[in-house]
Amino acid sequence: MSEELKDLRIESSPQIRHKDTTSKIMWAVIIALLPSGIWGVINFGWYSLVVIAVSIITAVALEYLFCRVLDKGSLLDGSAILTGLLVAYNMPPNVVLYVPIIATAFAIAVVKWSFGGLGANWINPALAGRAFVFFSWTGAMTTWTAPRSWAAISGASVDSVSSATMLSTVKTTLLDFSGTVDGPAQLLIDQGYLVSNFAQNISSWFSGTLNWDISPIHVDLFLGNVSGCIGEVSALFLIIGGIALFKKKIITWQIPLSYIGVFTILVWIFGGLDYGTGYFSGDIWFHLFSGGLMLGALFMATDMVTSPTTPKGMIIFGAGAGFLTFLFRIYGSLPEGVSLAILLMNIFVPMIDRYIVPVRFGTKKKRGAA
Amino acid sequence: MRKISTFSKGGVHPADRKDLTCTKEIVRLPIPEIITVPFSQHLGVPAIPNVKKGDAVERGQKIGDAAGFISADIHSPVAGKVLEIKELFLPNGMKAKAAVIEVDQERSALTGKIENDWTQMDPQEMVAKVKDLGIVGMGGATFPANVKFTVPKGKKAEYVVINGVECEPYLTSDHRLMLEKGDKILQGSMMIAKMVDAKKIIIGIEKNKPDAMDNLERLIEQNSYPIEIQPLKLKYPQGDEKQLLKATIGKEIQSGTLPIDIGAVVSNVGSTFAVYEAITNDKPLIERVVTVSGGAIKNPGNFLVTIGTPIQTIIDACDGFSETPDKMIAGGPMMGFGFYDLQTPVMKGTSGVLALTKKESIKGEQSACISCGRCVQACPMGLQPTKLYKNIKKANYDTAMAMNLLDCKECGCCAFICPAKLPLVQSMRLGKRMSRKKK
Repeated sequence: MSEELKDLRIESSPQIRHKDTTSKIMWAVIIALLPSGIWGVINFGWYSLVVIAVSIITAVALEYLFCRVLDKGSLLDGSAILTGLLVAYNMPPNVVLYVPIIATAFAIAVVKWSFGGLGANWINPALAGRAFVFFSWTGAMTTWTAPRSWAAISGASVDSVSSATMLSTVKTTLLDFSGTVDGPAQLLIDQGYLVSNFAQNISSWFSGTLNWDISPIHVDLFLGNVSGCIGEVSALFLIIGGIALFKKKIITWQIPLSYIGVFTILVWIFGGLDYGTGYFSGDIWFHLFSGGLMLGALFMATDMVTSPTTPKGMIIFGAGAGFLTFLFRIYGSLPEGVSLAILLMNIFVPMIDRYIVPVRFGTKKKRGAA
Repeated sequence: MRKISTFSKGGVHPADRKDLTCTKEIVRLPIPEIITVPFSQHLGVPAIPNVKKGDAVERGQKIGDAAGFISADIHSPVAGKVLEIKELFLPNGMKAKAAVIEVDQERSALTGKIENDWTQMDPQEMVAKVKDLGIVGMGGATFPANVKFTVPKGKKAEYVVINGVECEPYLTSDHRLMLEKGDKILQGSMMIAKMVDAKKIIIGIEKNKPDAMDNLERLIEQNSYPIEIQPLKLKYPQGDEKQLLKATIGKEIQSGTLPIDIGAVVSNVGSTFAVYEAITNDKPLIERVVTVSGGAIKNPGNFLVTIGTPIQTIIDACDGFSETPDKMIAGGPMMGFGFYDLQTPVMKGTSGVLALTKKESIKGEQSACISCGRCVQACPMGLQPTKLYKNIKKANYDTAMAMNLLDCKECGCCAFICPAKLPLVQSMRLGKRMSRKKK
């Protein structure tokens, strides 16, 4: 054998591999999430960057510890950074720092590593971390910072405004509401909810030149000029990131589309009842762009570890999450429903994967797994 | 021409890299001084050597006898003297006996050709020739051709499907054959149809070979052959007979049965050409077209190589390596075997010799399975590679068997697409072997 060939690699077929690796997938998701996070920092100020940094550092430190102690896994695969990032994205901008630290620690130590590390967790670590601190420090988790755009609105002083999110304002207002109003957007405007000058201008431009009636509330929600968690407010930037992941074939259409589809249809049918406008009058745009829906449907529900492996299974999973989000949001006592809906569906994943199996080649009947 | 089609379930799209060699004409490689002819070049039982050290052999002389129904004769590709019968490791990991033959160049030269008129022969006579001349499937599986062309009692062949797919990346030997030996391949396919008494002949070709398609189409029209061309979308593993038949005649081979059970006989382009030469020229399978390619080869090309030629000789014919290869492969990159000894001989099933660079093979770090489901979506057999893998890893072989592990044909789609770079195919092989052992 010649000298130059002594390092030949011998392994089982196939001899070539696809360029995507686990860490490339993780880093791609991180990059796709960045625009939304940058917007969060712009919108809510530097403190949100501190929250993000603290979450990531906690995640990486704990991951390092577990990798060293258990001698498995890889710090550089990006999964811990992604978990830290997602925990931070689900935090209010002004949250006291021990809350994201505890949430991240719960995500990494309890949810991820106590089951065996990457790939072994059966619920989404970031969402579980969020749920854990949400019910433990509910106050800290439901105090919000006003969006930057409010500073420019005459008569409003941002420092003095500790704003409720649109969804929570709607929820509390509807508690003793009877009568008829044209959907949540109008309800908020009637309540004196602040809208940005920019959204006002866009709205009047659309009604003036195109004769389209677009509420400034919708514009603010779509762009992210609202209060909410650090990484969830801008539907626009999240959709951009989601499309990029789809184009790169990191995520497939099944989960986002079935999730958003089922949610939208249900909101359209039943969402108008509370406002006295009857069936088939729900404000779908308001619900699509508000709360954590986009972040959840595009980035959290599509987490590979905690979603089904077959396309059909993914559709069932997404549809279930859409249905539960609708239930929690419209009929639940909490204004939000996304994180709990996804967590609940995570638990069904093993069952879905057990019964929704591919049709084998050369058989006409479906066969359950053994 | 028929409407473009493909198979429906699973499949992957590796970069095809056929541009390296698809325009390179087939060049006949001179016979080296010494060749090594293994007695196991086919699927099934190895042939039994009937020569010993010191024997003189003639070109085309039978030196190994088929041992059993699924086995094939081995012929000496050259005239010369047997130096020894030795044991060597083949790229597939099997140990086999092989005859080392010192070549008498003068007596090995090509002589005047016999020209039989196949239209006057009866089918049994033709099948006997295919058997006697050691023809096997040349797409990689090397299944003895005469077994395939003998239709079992009570079954009937309706279609002959010629496999011109060549779905393995890099390989272009079949592509070149269709361009350079088009008429012989078409006639060969009609011979097969005669042997199995089939009415329809369909040639499946992927659309990355438009010139081959045009060439065959033109020849079919000129001679009004009763043959149809089925253009196919690019997708691996379309060259597998299950996927090919689904794509060409729209039928699925039921699990555990054979193509003949849906009335089809499949033959690859290279084998069809060998069938033609066997029947009209009485030529045994003693040479084949080999694609030599990959980023580490200086001048890639297609060569007509005498069986038994050491791979070193054909690498030299390509002016050697342009850089140190990361992997040497006998066959295609998806199902071929890695090897390290350049003295390894070319065999009946060696469709290609590849020298891949690090960049081409993509090692990638192995990580834990993240249940992304890409393997499940890529499996053309509708299996769940991830679940099979996890069960085999835990030695739950019975569970894996109940999940139809035996349907797996090791095409490599799952392991190719896996972002965690898990050794999925390797584990399927292990699972099959262990459950066979248990019995």
